[in-house]
Amino acid sequence: MHSGILYSTAQALREILMSFVGIPIIVDIIMTVICATILLLIMATSALVFTLGERKICAFIQVRIGPNRVGPGGLLQSVADMIKLMDKEDIVPRGIDKWLWVLSPILLLVPSALIYAFFPFDDGVILADVNVGLFLLIAITSQTILPFLMGGYASNSKYSLIGGMRTVAQMLGYEVPMVFALMGIVMLTGSLKMSAIVEAQSNVWFIVLQPLAFFIYIVTALVESNRPPFNLVEGESEIIAGPFTEYTGMRWALFFLAEFSNLMCIGILTTTLFLGGWHGPDFLPGFAWFWIKTFICVLFYQWVGWTFPRLRIDTMLSFGWKVLLPIALVNVLLTGVGIYIYNIM
Amino acid sequence: MAQTEKFVLNMGPQHPSTHGVLQVQVELDGENIVGAKPVMGYLHRGIEKLMESRTYAQCVPYTDRLDYVSAMNNNLGFCMAVEKLAAIEVPERAEYIRVICAELNRIASHHVFIGSLTNDLGSATGMIYAFRDREKILDLFNIICGARMTAHYIRIGGVAADAQEEFLRDTQAFVDYVPAMLDEYDRIFTGNEIFQARMKGTSIITKETALKYSMSGPNIRASGVDYDIRKIDKYGAYGKFDFNIPLGEQGDNWDRYIVRLKEIQESANIIQQALDNMPEGPVMAKVPKVLKPPKGDAYHRVENTRGELGFYIVSDGSTKPYRVHIRRPSFVNLQALDSMCQGMLLADAVTAFATIDPLMGEVDC
Repeated sequence: MHSGILYSTAQALREILMSFVGIPIIVDIIMTVICATILLLIMATSALVFTLGERKICAFIQVRIGPNRVGPGGLLQSVADMIKLMDKEDIVPRGIDKWLWVLSPILLLVPSALIYAFFPFDDGVILADVNVGLFLLIAITSQTILPFLMGGYASNSKYSLIGGMRTVAQMLGYEVPMVFALMGIVMLTGSLKMSAIVEAQSNVWFIVLQPLAFFIYIVTALVESNRPPFNLVEGESEIIAGPFTEYTGMRWALFFLAEFSNLMCIGILTTTLFLGGWHGPDFLPGFAWFWIKTFICVLFYQWVGWTFPRLRIDTMLSFGWKVLLPIALVNVLLTGVGIYIYNIM
Repeated sequence: MAQTEKFVLNMGPQHPSTHGVLQVQVELDGENIVGAKPVMGYLHRGIEKLMESRTYAQCVPYTDRLDYVSAMNNNLGFCMAVEKLAAIEVPERAEYIRVICAELNRIASHHVFIGSLTNDLGSATGMIYAFRDREKILDLFNIICGARMTAHYIRIGGVAADAQEEFLRDTQAFVDYVPAMLDEYDRIFTGNEIFQARMKGTSIITKETALKYSMSGPNIRASGVDYDIRKIDKYGAYGKFDFNIPLGEQGDNWDRYIVRLKEIQESANIIQQALDNMPEGPVMAKVPKVLKPPKGDAYHRVENTRGELGFYIVSDGSTKPYRVHIRRPSFVNLQALDSMCQGMLLADAVTAFATIDPLMGEVDC
């Protein structure tokens, strides 16, 4: 029933394993482990690519050249960055809440890595196509607030504490409009399954049917991934780096790994929910379309981020509650009326 | 019932937004500011005292280090004070070159203002654009005197060397570029919704408060007080030029920003007029090798980028000043920080600080 190179490759691999092992459940476990490893590799690579990409794109926007010393055209810059970060002294400040402090960067990576399981990369290529996919996705991504709060509280620094508190206030501001915006998509699809949502866009993308939801999603996705102009949590000009002020070396790197992973996540989600996922003209395979769209989205988010100044926390909250939420509710109403009219016609 | 308490946040002396080494003790209630107390002195180098053991000519480089982003204006202030003290007549061509350099430096300093302001608002891109254009002015200074920031170009009795053709030509090119540059700034940040939302109506300094704190420069003009030493004293060649003093209306962050943007255009107009009417002649007066001003004192004030910069020099008839006192506009302006931050949010403290535009070298002297 499914087509595509990735799907048939996976099927071939499964048959080979089946002939060696023979027991279906063990084959399933091996396949899951292989897929999870690939996903984690994608995530790690995305951080490597994006550290360079972000700096190059930001340099382009800021009429600079950007990294150009390490390797040809600065291509090895992220490797150099990584070596530098590993080389750094691991400073543990005094007076911290040790366990929370240590756990915070590690826990932050868990939701960022976990949601890759719910992304349909190609026709039938999805690690966990559960029937509450979208719901789970939202639930897991909102868990990123907890490590931020933990890090902010445990660091025993006022900057960190303010940053941690901002995370929570911010989540209340964006999470509600975002869920209501995505409601429109669920109403059109009639399912929370991620593969079904992509399938429903085979003829027309949801960006056409749900322009309001698309707008709200873009804004809230920027907030969720702490991208500027909504990077209030780490607002470097007032609270230094928010919750990660006191972290150094690899602990700090984990925060940034999660940040870049989140950046790719919102790119993937925008693609999957509004831009038709892996659908595209036939001359390229589905996963190629998927990545092209994702990278265009990421480019867009970076472009926005490097252009706008940061919002103030009260402006952001009132924008979320007074502007985005009413628009999201109107969108739900309009979608309902639209579906009703479509059905009786 | 949850219990809340106020706490004090020490912003600085190592903080990305204090433009140097200033400590601001911000008293916070959640994110709301109750009070902000600037603690100064981290960059104190004792320039006033150092000058007492230097000859007058040796004092001039120290003024470069006061307000190091508008060094020319400081040179000008000190040299004019000494000239007043020793009754030295400066050649006309030197006066014109001084005006060109001072106004170029005013623009460069406003570039730093725009750059650090946008950076403090969270948009690093704005900073790069402003600094890109500042670089053009620093290159001009490089041509005329070989130094970029700490110029030491204006000397007692005139300027160090005559302005070359190359300098005048490139200055003309820069002046022609100014309208396009301002237009680009308008498109990048002035017109930005978020930028306006953060600037308009925040950290208001009323006319009365501004006068009470004896603020000066663009800060007081943004509050609507028409006070510009260039117009009042008409020192140097400034009496010969026709220029406007941009004024703000209500004295919020936005006005302080707009006043400076308009000042860039006015400075460009002054430079244009100076280039057009540049007289020929010497650029240095006859100043004795060993300068011994007569016994007495002199005060001279100039409008530097940040406001009224005054030099009070007491001479005991020897080669060295007996006492020098510097009235630093940044130091005076900074005192208003507390009243600007009352009732604002933490993020506004940074904006308020950036729009006062103090420079630590000048605050601490």
